[in-house]
Amino acid sequence: MKDTPLSNCERDFLLKAIEEKKRLDGRQTYDYRKIKISFGTDYGCCFVDLGQTRVMAQVSCELVAPKENRPNEGIMFFNIELSPMASPGFEQGRQSELSVKLNRQLERCLRNSKCIDTESLCVVSGEKVWQIRVDVHTLNNDGNLMDAASIAAITALCHFRRPDVSTQGQEVTVYSPEERDPIPLSIYHMPISVSFAFFQQGTYLLVDPCEREERVMDGLLVIAMNKHREICSIQSSGGIMLLKEQVMRCSKIAGVKVSEITELINEALLNDRKARKAGGKCGFAESMPQERITALKKDETPVEMTDVTETANGIIQKGEAAPQTVPSPVVPVPGVGQVGQGLQNSWGLEDDDEDDYEEEKNDNSGDEQVEEVTKMDVGEGDVVEISDIEEEEVVILNPEVPEKPKNTGSKSHQKGAAASKKRQKK
Amino acid sequence: MTPSACDKSAFSTMEVCGSLTVSLREFGCEQSLLSRPDGSASFVQGDTSVMAGVYGPAEVKVSKEIYDRATLEVLVQPKVGLPSVRERSQEQCVRETCEASLLLTLHPRSSLTLILQVLHDDGSLLSCCLNAACMALMDAGLPMSCLFCGVTCAISTDGQIITDPTAAQEKESRALMTFAIDSAKHSVLMSSTKGSFSVHEVSGLMTGKKECAPFQTNKTVNAKPKRPDVTNRLH
Repeated sequence: MKDTPLSNCERDFLLKAIEEKKRLDGRQTYDYRKIKISFGTDYGCCFVDLGQTRVMAQVSCELVAPKENRPNEGIMFFNIELSPMASPGFEQGRQSELSVKLNRQLERCLRNSKCIDTESLCVVSGEKVWQIRVDVHTLNNDGNLMDAASIAAITALCHFRRPDVSTQGQEVTVYSPEERDPIPLSIYHMPISVSFAFFQQGTYLLVDPCEREERVMDGLLVIAMNKHREICSIQSSGGIMLLKEQVMRCSKIAGVKVSEITELINEALLNDRKARKAGGKCGFAESMPQERITALKKDETPVEMTDVTETANGIIQKGEAAPQTVPSPVVPVPGVGQVGQGLQNSWGLEDDDEDDYEEEKNDNSGDEQVEEVTKMDVGEGDVVEISDIEEEEVVILNPEVPEKPKNTGSKSHQKGAAASKKRQKK
Repeated sequence: MTPSACDKSAFSTMEVCGSLTVSLREFGCEQSLLSRPDGSASFVQGDTSVMAGVYGPAEVKVSKEIYDRATLEVLVQPKVGLPSVRERSQEQCVRETCEASLLLTLHPRSSLTLILQVLHDDGSLLSCCLNAACMALMDAGLPMSCLFCGVTCAISTDGQIITDPTAAQEKESRALMTFAIDSAKHSVLMSSTKGSFSVHEVSGLMTGKKECAPFQTNKTVNAKPKRPDVTNRLH
């Protein structure tokens, strides 16, 4: 299935809003959407809601043989699954460009930053090590999957407990959770990625772009940082040129955001630990006994909407009437005609009598007129055909007519001729 | 088989049925919780939890187009790793059930996609998938001839029938059966069995199944369906 394309109107609207420092959901430039972190019933399962974006991360482990060149290091494996549930554009079982990009980014953020002590995952050097696998499933894509995935992955890794093992000679015993308490991974620091979207060749910057904003952005800068303000990875994509100052400013913003998010993660982990200690139900199952009804729940609108009708009416009353004059037709290059943008719609003029309609149409749509003019040059007999294909969208003009049709001396004559021909036809 | 023997075994089956406590774990559901899909639901049975999303009717690939009805595609995403044979067989079970209840002929040459994401598996996964699928299809507003529900039963080694088993109970069981039952006639739309069992045990189960089924009718569009008193209905 294909994703619904963004219309030109929406695109223009979004870009104009961004120019006016406004965002669709009422956020400020540097605001994140609401982040919610919750845990599943088993260890190493984490759900992250970033506004409407929703991802799930699950950590699992397995005893495997280590890599030959690193005999006493555990293996980390990351997999981002772009499930078709998240967006109709995602296909199952196909490595899309986006999924490769996100996977690589997550690997750089979490594996290459050495935030996890892989040596502690070694059981028998050269023979048995733990392989930690992180599966990130996207459930709903409303933009900025990278940040949501990185938060989910690192939180799940912090939450995860691996089974305890003991070695006696060559014998390895893996204990079940009932026999011995499982052991958490040793994590040195928590890298979190922060995304910055750039618009208009880097003139405007937004933190945490939503899906709509991602579609109209020119470039993306992703900075992974930990709370000690150490940059773990930095990536700019989309082919924009950034100034040194812009990158510096972004890294400063990232520092603030990362410390906020880290605090949130720690709080969520602490709450979960308390809940588990108390022995109650935890994770997403906890919403069950509360008999919550969410079907008729309405989300709060992020933008103040109480006086929107009055404001709209005020604008309509105060605003000046739309100009009646017709903008001059745009012919970008001789040889190319266009119908649509920049021209006035003449469809609503059916009430006028036939002659006026024809005349006006000829005045309004320069392309049609040009078309007729050129065709007239070719041969009179074709006119009949032309009037049938009036509604054609793209018209290739005869390149032998270099000057603008408005300036042609014979315009009125030819136009009249065309009109009369049409009338004859009718 | 002599009539008396038959009677006797039938009696013993009934006895089994009588001693069985038709109890389901606490279940709940949340609908339209995702913004992108046309319909979405998550269904929780005890600790087992499945999330479902539906897209469609939408355009279909030419290779998958069916000229007189919609093409239904079901995807089951496991929690860890990539989809394997187990997921493929679950997909098929869910697809056949949905195809039986959806009025696919109303949307010829279009595609419906149902994605099921396993959030936690603590037994009775297939029945939870079926229930989540039904709720998501309802949320998407697709025309259906009837609703359906899934019920999983396990027969333990000593002949006890356990409805809605947990993962531990499933592991110890002798046979495991999942049925999809429609809401209109309480007939069986799909069955999937594993392990060995006798014919009488199945017929005994069937009556139990049909008693479990009415809970589906209690599922209204308003999120949380009430838990019916299944045990009372059986006796």
